[in-house]
Amino acid sequence: MLDVKAGDEASFELLLRKYRTPLVNFLYRMVRDTAVAEDLAQEVFLRVYRAREDYAPRAKFTTWMFRIATNLALNSVRDNRHRRMEISMDQPADSGEEDARPLEVPDRAPSVEQELVARSRAAMILRAIHSLPEKQRAAVLLHKYQELDYDEIARVLECSESALKSLLFRAYETLRVELAPLVSPTVRVERVPVQRSQQPV
Amino acid sequence: MFGKDVNESKCASIESRLVVYLDGRAQPAERHAVEQHLSTCAACRSRAEEFRALWGVLDDLPSISPSPSFDAALRARIAAEPKRRSFWQLLPSPRLAFAVTALVVMSFWLSSSPRVKVSPTQTSELNRFAQQASVDSDFGMIRDLPVLENFDVVSKFDALSELDVPPSTLSNEGAKETR
Repeated sequence: MLDVKAGDEASFELLLRKYRTPLVNFLYRMVRDTAVAEDLAQEVFLRVYRAREDYAPRAKFTTWMFRIATNLALNSVRDNRHRRMEISMDQPADSGEEDARPLEVPDRAPSVEQELVARSRAAMILRAIHSLPEKQRAAVLLHKYQELDYDEIARVLECSESALKSLLFRAYETLRVELAPLVSPTVRVERVPVQRSQQPV
Repeated sequence: MFGKDVNESKCASIESRLVVYLDGRAQPAERHAVEQHLSTCAACRSRAEEFRALWGVLDDLPSISPSPSFDAALRARIAAEPKRRSFWQLLPSPRLAFAVTALVVMSFWLSSSPRVKVSPTQTSELNRFAQQASVDSDFGMIRDLPVLENFDVVSKFDALSELDVPPSTLSNEGAKETR
C-alpha cells in the first residue's frame, strides 16, 4: 500500500489481483447478492485508491480494507432490509432469496445427483450464515474464511477481543444448531442455552 | 447441587475460550485450562467436537470468482474519478503563479528579516546625544545672535566690498564656502 501511496500504479494492480476474490467472497457472503457484492468490492477498491495519498500504516492493510468492506456491507444490508420492508407491504415474502448465480462447486466430475447435493448443501450453509445477526456474520466470515487474527477482527468490528470471542462462540453455537443435519447427521443436536449475555456487542 | 453450579460456571468461563482453543491460537495456559475442563465435562467435550465438525462443514462452502468485467468496471470507475488538483493547477497562468510566489516570498522575507534591536542603555545614550545636539545648536544661535540681528545691515554694507582682501583669505573663504 505504501508503494501505491508513492504513486506506483502497478502496486495497486497487485493489490487488486490479490484481494479482489477474497473481498468479493466476503461481501457476497455478507449480502448474498453477487451484483451487489461486486459493486461493493469495487467501492472498497475505489476508496482505497482515493485514500492512497493520505494512507498512514496505523494498522494492517487487510484490517483497514475489511473494515471499509464490513461497513459498506452492513450499510447495504440495512438499506436493503429497509427497502424490502417497504416492498413487502404489497407483496408476499420472498422465500428464495438466494442469488441466481450458481455457486462454484469444485470440479471433480461429479454426477448430477452429487452436484445437486453439493449445491443444496452450499445453499443451506449460506442461508445459515445469513441468518446470523450482522455483526456475528461478519465475525464468522472474517474468522473462518479470511482467517484474520482476533485483534484484527476486533478492530474491524470495533469491539474488544474478549467481546469478539463471546460473539464468535454465540455465532458458532447458532450455526451448530442450524446446520445440525450436516454437522452430525446421526447425532441429535440439542439447542444448548448460551449462558452468557445475548446482548449484541 | 453446589458442585453442579461450579461446573456450570466453569462451562461459562470456557465458552469464550473454546473457539480460540479449537483454532489452535490459544496461549499455553489457556489451552491447558480448556483441556482440563474438557477432560471432566462431557457436555463441553461434545460441543467442542461438534464445533470441529461444524468448521469442516463450513469449509464446504464454495467460493465465487469475480465476474470477468470486474476489473474493467473498476478501472472505468477510477478513470471517472475527478483528478486531485494541486494548488498551482488552480492558478490560471504561470505568470500569476510566479507573481503569487514572489509576493509570498517577499512578505515572508520582510516579516522574517531581523529588526535592529536597541537595548535600554543604547536608547538612553541616544537620547543623551540628541539632547546634547539640541543644546549645542541653541548655544550657537545665542553666540551668533548679535550678528544675526544685524544681518540685513552687514549684508548691505558696501564699504566692506571696497576693502583690500588678500587673495589667500579669499581663497580660504571660497574654500570655506565650497565646504
